[in-house]
Order: sequence, then structure tokens, then C-alpha cells
Amino acid sequence: MPIFISTRESDDKLRKKVMEISGQNFQQCFQCGTCTGSCPMADHINVYPRRIMALLQLGHRKALEEANTPWVCASCHTCMVRCPRGIDITKVMEALRLVKLRQNIDHIEPKKLEPDQVADMPQIAMVSGFRKMTS
Amino acid sequence: MSTTTEDKETKSAAIEAKLIPIYIMGKKYEVPESLTIMKAMEYAGYKYIRGCGCRGGVCGACSTVYRKPNDYKIYTGLACQTVVEPDMYLTQLPFYPAMRATYNFFEMEGKPEEVFELYPELFRCVACNACTKVCPMDVEVMDYIAALKRGDIKAAAEISFDCIQCGLCASRCMGELPQYHIGQLARRINGAYLTPRAEHLKTMVANIQAGRYDDGLGNLKASDEDNLKKLYTEREMEPATAGEDWTPKETANL
Amino acid sequence: MKIAYYPGCTLKTKAKNLETSALASLDALGIEYEELPRWNCCGAVFSLADDDLIHMVAPVRDLIRVQERGEDTVLTLCSMCYNTLARANELMKTDEEKRKTINDFMDEEPDYQGKVRVVHLLDFIRDDYGFDKLKEQIKKPLNGLKIAPYYGCTLLRPKEVALDRPDNPVVMHKFLEALGAEVVDFGSSTVCCGAYQVLGAPEAALQVSHEILDDAANCGAEALALTCPLCDYNMGKRQAQMLEKYDNAKELPVYYFTQLLAVALGIAPEISHLELNRESAGKLLKAKNFIES
Repeated sequence: MPIFISTRESDDKLRKKVMEISGQNFQQCFQCGTCTGSCPMADHINVYPRRIMALLQLGHRKALEEANTPWVCASCHTCMVRCPRGIDITKVMEALRLVKLRQNIDHIEPKKLEPDQVADMPQIAMVSGFRKMTS
Repeated sequence: MSTTTEDKETKSAAIEAKLIPIYIMGKKYEVPESLTIMKAMEYAGYKYIRGCGCRGGVCGACSTVYRKPNDYKIYTGLACQTVVEPDMYLTQLPFYPAMRATYNFFEMEGKPEEVFELYPELFRCVACNACTKVCPMDVEVMDYIAALKRGDIKAAAEISFDCIQCGLCASRCMGELPQYHIGQLARRINGAYLTPRAEHLKTMVANIQAGRYDDGLGNLKASDEDNLKKLYTEREMEPATAGEDWTPKETANL
Repeated sequence: MKIAYYPGCTLKTKAKNLETSALASLDALGIEYEELPRWNCCGAVFSLADDDLIHMVAPVRDLIRVQERGEDTVLTLCSMCYNTLARANELMKTDEEKRKTINDFMDEEPDYQGKVRVVHLLDFIRDDYGFDKLKEQIKKPLNGLKIAPYYGCTLLRPKEVALDRPDNPVVMHKFLEALGAEVVDFGSSTVCCGAYQVLGAPEAALQVSHEILDDAANCGAEALALTCPLCDYNMGKRQAQMLEKYDNAKELPVYYFTQLLAVALGIAPEISHLELNRESAGKLLKAKNFIES
């Protein structure tokens, strides 16, 4: 999948915002790929974590917007305990979610969940799901 | 008609009530210090066409938010109950939108899952306590929402008992829940499905309908006034100092 | 030694079987605990934004409740609650500026300095009670039960709150051994079940959970032990959907570690509320004669 890199595609504001919210310096990422190798949701994401870090380094807003990665991430923290650079990738994913959520754009709608699913699931499913995917 | 000096002084004191400044929606007014917010607003010339109800502190129509000088805090109260303070800076919230779920109450069983299905936003609560802080009736809103999250409808009903549905909690809620609607549902479920039924009442009604007291009532109806008076004055009464185990001598009607 | 007990929202209803089996076991082991008389939902997940403090308020408030009871240790059974309370506690212990802001914000509560210790039942038994002492209390050893210990995420990651090494933990292995069971190690023991993605990407969560169960079964496990109500939903209750969707899916009985503890301590099986597990759970225990048929 070709990505065009140019000053036009690079959004420094986004890059800085994600750095600020996550408190992580992802410029240090040297693309080893351990995060991708560790990710349990790898079969279900369209942009692997390693690539997300590269896109963030470039501030590539468009490619990042098309990634479903932050929305499939389960915050399992496996990537961050293994990252050789000590980058908390889980926090970076959270920051990517928050960039959208803080614009009051929710990823899931509580009222649109199936009622019998809501009745069946443990409360922590809803509490954690709403915290991660609604504003 | 002569007026004494005392009468004159009392009259002057009555007319010259101390006036204090308050700010109603940003505009300054001088109002008597002993008035409630509601009376003060009327004194200032406002006529209530909304945001006013029972004037007795129980209907929740007149919720008011106010601030005080050099104080960052948000204060709340009911306009009909709260007395004005100098430099009080107030506004009334006659209505804050909060959607109530529609449901057929009599098709429910009173299970917590039914509350979760109707109000999934319940799980958006972040326990920030803004609701409890703003409640003019000192209801522990965060606590009853917490109780509902863990499925304890009875506790939620008890904690939310004093709620007058004024809407201030919903206005401050970070999770955007309509707390008072959810609390109302909890109280309805508790009353209809969870509180124990009065079995002795059921039995009594059944006995009456089966005719157990027909003869006795018939006798009373057939009695003349003198007999009725006699029956009344000679009736056995439970002594004031009777213990739990007192029973009357005549037990036929028990 | 008395400890405070923080249940969390799910343990009174959906994860009742986790609580009742745990508390009965604590009684049998002579561990004194007191449920906090007033507590709120901790939030289930720790907020990962550097500038977000409002989501710290809920867990910190619970820690203040522990402080108010004069207790210095709080026990959790729910792994997600453990993680959230422990991480919030670490924040209050180490970040001076955020601690001040949070304490100032919660002006209706006393200040909290991070003095409470947060423990999960597994590390409490390992560190405070002792596996050897536990072994002595076992009335019905689970001999011959081939059980795979499933840790999940929240007990092991991040390192600041980990009960054990994130990549090669042994605490639940040792716990199950103390119960007399035959522990089956498997590679996916610490792989995430999908957690809250049961809401956002349910098919993904179903697949990852299925692969974990498949791995355990292929390694020779006849049952799985876990600690978290959300893992239990993804890998326990949702097995019905897995059996429909995946040709190679097999039923695998799933238990809370405390249910196995209760059975091994000889506590009556009704207390473990096995009816909240899948049917296969009770069936296996009966087949192995650990409980009456």
C-alpha cells in the first residue's frame, strides 16, 4: 500500500498532540516490529502497530485516519512491556483514540447496543468499553 | 386613634428592611435580605411563568445555581427555599433536558439487567461526584448510581428517596446520564417488585370477602343507639403499657 | 490481620460465583476481611492519557474509603479492578503534582498520599498467606485435574503493578499446584482475550478467545482457570458462539480460580454457584468426583 510522503501529508500538529496526550516520544521508535509481533489483535487490524508508529513519526494524518488500529486495540499492554525502546505504545493508541473522542465523535453508541447483549455482559465490559470508545 | 412611640418605631423597622445587592442573570438588584431567591426575584419585578411550582421545596421546579464573590465554587439551591446572600450571582435552571426511557413497567420483572438495557449510559459514570455536589436535596447521587451499576436496586431506591427531579445532577454529569430518571425507575421497581408484600393485608381482605365479618357487622347495623353506645364504652382496649405479647380476651374477630 | 475488601460492580451480579467462592474460601482459611461499606465503581480501566485526571478520581476515591476504615491493605478479586486501583495508587504515590491536583479537586474528601497497599487474592495468598500453609488446608485435592492457568493481561501488565514476570509468570501455576491439580502450561496463557472489544470488535474478540482455548486444549488441558469476569465472558459464556462459528472449537470447562479453591477446601459446591458457569464446569467436577453428583 503506497503512502505518499511529502510536507503536504505531514501534520505536525497531530504529531505533537499525540505526543502530548500520550507523554511518549515515539520518535525513538526504530521500527523493530516487536509490537506488531506481540499484538493479539493483529489479524483484525488494517495497519500494524509498527507502521502506526512510523506514520506518527511522519505526522501522516490521512493514513492514520484510515487505520482501524486504535479502535481494535484491546489495551492489553503486551506491546509496551516488550518495546526495546520503552515506548508505552498502549498510551500512544489511547492518544490516537482521544484525538477523535475529544472532538465528541464516539466510536460506539451505548443506545445502539443489542439489549440482550447489555443484559448478558458483565458490567466491566460496558464500563471499560465506554471509557475507551465513547467521549 | 393614637400611635405610641413604640408603634411608630416598629412600623419604621418593618418598612426599612435591610437591602442587599444580588445579581439576577447578570443584572444587579437591591432586595430585602430575609427573602428567598424566589421572593427576591419577584420583589425585583420578575414574574414567574416557569421555574416555579409548589413554593414548598418538594417539586423541583425552581433549581437555582449561584456563585459568591471570591469563591470559585458552584452553589445550588431551590429558589423557594434558599435565602439570598449579599452579592449572590444567580441563575435559575427551570429545565435541563434529560431523556426518559420508555418502557412497559408491568412487563418488567424488576431485575438489574432491565435497568442496564434501558439506560446503558449508566456505565458512562466516572464517579466524579459532580452530581452529589450539586444536589439541592443532599441526595448522594453518585452513590445510588454506583449501587445501580452493581445491581443493587433496593439500595439505589433508598439512597435516592429525597430526589425531587430538579435536573441539576443531569446538568453537571460528565457521563451525560439522566440520573434522576434512572433513580425514578429504581424506586418504581423497588416499590412494585422488591419490597415485601403485606401478606397479612392480603389475608385480611380475603377474609372480609369470604364473609367472615358479615355477621358481626350485621349485628352492629341492627343495634339501636343505646346498644351501640354500650358496646362502645364497654369495649376492651389495649392498655397503654401493653407489651408485644398482649392479646384481647375476645379473639373471635382476630 | 484484617484487610479491606473491594468487590467492584460485577461481583455482586454477573460474577457472583467469583465472589461467593472467594469469600467462603477466605473464611475457611481464617483470613479476616471487611467489605468497604461505601464504594464506587473504579472505572475498570486505567486512563492512559497524560493530561487526564478526572478518570483517576474514581479509583482514588475508593482508596480513600480504605484509608477511612483505618485499613492499610485492600483486597480485590476482579483483575480489572486490581489493575485500575493499583495503577491509580502508583500515580498518587509517585506523581507529586498530579497527587496535589487530584487531592485539591476532591475537596469533599480527605487527602490521599498513596499509603494503601492494593493486593489481588493471588499475590495475597502467595506473599501474605503462603502456598505451603494453603496446602495444609486442602481437604479435597484436585488430583488428576489437568488445568491450564490463564492469566490474561491485567494481573501482569504493566510491570509497575505486575504480580509476576509478564512473559513467564508462575503465581497461578503454583496456586493450582497447591490445590493438588496437574498444571498444564500453554503458550497463550498471557495473551489478551479481547477484553472490551466484545463491544467494539466482537468477532475479533471471539477469534482471539477461541485461539487461546484451542491452544490450551491442544496442550492437553481439560479445563481452564481464570481470574477476570470479562475474560470469563469472552472465554466462558461466548463458547456457545465459538462452537457455532468454528469447526475446530471444542467445549472446555472454565472456572474462576476461587471456585477451584473453594472445592479443594471442601466447601459445599452450591456456594461456588456453578450454575453461572457453563454446564461443562459442574459436569467435569462431578465426573472427577470433586463434588457430589
